[in-house]
Amino acid sequence: MELLRVVSARLAGIILVLFGTSLLIFGIARIIPGDPARIALGPEASQEQVQMLRERLHLDEPFGAQYIEFLKDLSMGDLGTSLYTQRPVVQDISTALPATFELVFAAGLLVLLLGIPMGVLSAHWRDRAGDHVIRLVALLGVVTPSFVWAVLLMLTFAYFTEILPAAGRLSQSVSPAPLVTGMYTLDAAIAGRWDILKDALLHLILPAVALAMSGIGQIARLTRASVAEIYQATYIDMARAYGFAPRRIAMKYALRPALIPTLTVFGLDFANMLGGAFLIEQVFGWPGLARYGVQAILHKDLNAIVGVVLVISAFFLIVNAIVDMAAAWINPRIRLSGPAV
Amino acid sequence: MPFPLLGWYKFCRNPLSIVGLFLVAIIVLSACFASYIAPYPRHAGSFVDFANANRSPDTQYWLGTDNIGRDLLSRIIYGYRVSLMLGIVVLSLAVPIGVMLGLAAGYFGGWADYLIMRVTDVFLAVPPLVLAMAIMGLLEPTLTNAMLAVSAMWWPWYARLAYNMARSESREDYVVAAKVIGAGPFHLLLREILPNCIPTILTKVTLDLGFVIMIASSLSFLGLGVQPPTPDLGSMVANGVQYLPDTWWVVLFPALAILFAVLGFNLLGDGLRDATDQRI
Repeated sequence: MELLRVVSARLAGIILVLFGTSLLIFGIARIIPGDPARIALGPEASQEQVQMLRERLHLDEPFGAQYIEFLKDLSMGDLGTSLYTQRPVVQDISTALPATFELVFAAGLLVLLLGIPMGVLSAHWRDRAGDHVIRLVALLGVVTPSFVWAVLLMLTFAYFTEILPAAGRLSQSVSPAPLVTGMYTLDAAIAGRWDILKDALLHLILPAVALAMSGIGQIARLTRASVAEIYQATYIDMARAYGFAPRRIAMKYALRPALIPTLTVFGLDFANMLGGAFLIEQVFGWPGLARYGVQAILHKDLNAIVGVVLVISAFFLIVNAIVDMAAAWINPRIRLSGPAV
Repeated sequence: MPFPLLGWYKFCRNPLSIVGLFLVAIIVLSACFASYIAPYPRHAGSFVDFANANRSPDTQYWLGTDNIGRDLLSRIIYGYRVSLMLGIVVLSLAVPIGVMLGLAAGYFGGWADYLIMRVTDVFLAVPPLVLAMAIMGLLEPTLTNAMLAVSAMWWPWYARLAYNMARSESREDYVVAAKVIGAGPFHLLLREILPNCIPTILTKVTLDLGFVIMIASSLSFLGLGVQPPTPDLGSMVANGVQYLPDTWWVVLFPALAILFAVLGFNLLGDGLRDATDQRI
């Protein structure tokens, strides 16, 4: 099976890189100046408490032994206990992860559904008014930090006009549908509770748009560039000469090859979105992994920081692998090979 | 037409490039001469004037004052100084490291290639902002550490860029010719290949200056960057958010200041790229 071989090679590559990532982040967490246990417990803690924590974290052992201990635990799905919430990090992460999935997938969908058509239209209307407007919007999307979008959108739609809710995943009066995926929108749809779905979607709009803006801008600019380039190709001239409708030329013949670089960049953009989620979740009080990560970082919660970074990296690598395979599916000329992560 | 003039002509053809140049010039000048330009230089630090707190923009305080009465315009001008310094330090750390490693990996190939590029992959596997945040969280939140954290996430991109250029350039005739004459690897890398990469690298540096400013302000927005009383655009926005929507100017103007900086460097970088006919 060709597909199986490609997928397994890719997975092996991901695991190899994650191994390196774990070494990197674990290393950073252990070589910080000062005593990590003291930093985590604060200046008020007694020397005995600090010593107890040091033993629990194996801090008195050499670095290699600590890392091997960490890998052993990791292989059994254990990321240690959060020093701040006092719960297992894996449990904390699995509670918070669906909310981030929901937000990031919604934003990713917006990027593709808005960014690509904007780019195609812009190339289609090249150097006309519509093109200039789209390019301006795309440029603003790229150069505006996501937290600025978050604050602007919140001000406009939640405070000044009060069209949309300002924070959280659901209204206080609404309780989530029975837990299946942990993504409230999906769960509500599965349970057939349209009222919950509507409420969850209304809460999702602002954070998702704020998170998507830079991606939309980037994808629109890139799609415009590649479609514009393809419009110069002779086969497009020929399609025009045959008298095909402009819409068909744009959507069928120009878009498909243009999608390949777009998809690759979309995969890389996902990293920016996962980073951006840290800001967006903070502004909108979205109880996801990124918010948990910020709390962990602010409380110097070593185990939680390592866990969050690893999970986010794994998520990013998997999405990237899927995107690359999608690009190969669109263009059979791309040969999928080895673990080029 | 001699080359620089042609480049300048191409650069000017796009009015947006001129806008970018203009914005960057304003930002750089106000950062350099902050103490002459800022109407209230003392307000950049931990100055308190409750009598004039939360004043909306007027003729005395053009952009209004914050919740302890500091002039926002002065703080933004000093904020640019901090941001710009941070951007320059980060890139002068990340670019040489990344470029040298990338060139070496691309030119020598073999195990050097494998080792360096796998390390690069590991760094690139962590979403950039997340890596910087984790490092910042583990270290103390100071300006120096912010610079280190952002540099750590930035060098792999230059390693990749230089790697690809070294790979393609080392097959070019001029490199092969120099090799035949007997030039050593250091001469080939630094005197033959590197000079041809400089325009591309400089263009990317210009684009990135804006993005470094953006990332650094994101860090300080989360409270993980430059600490008060140092004026910083990201933390100014974060401080203002809690008083929304009443004192909107406290948030809006620093936010716009970040936007103008990123926009300026972006437009300038795009202009440079078009003028030198490159694709990044």
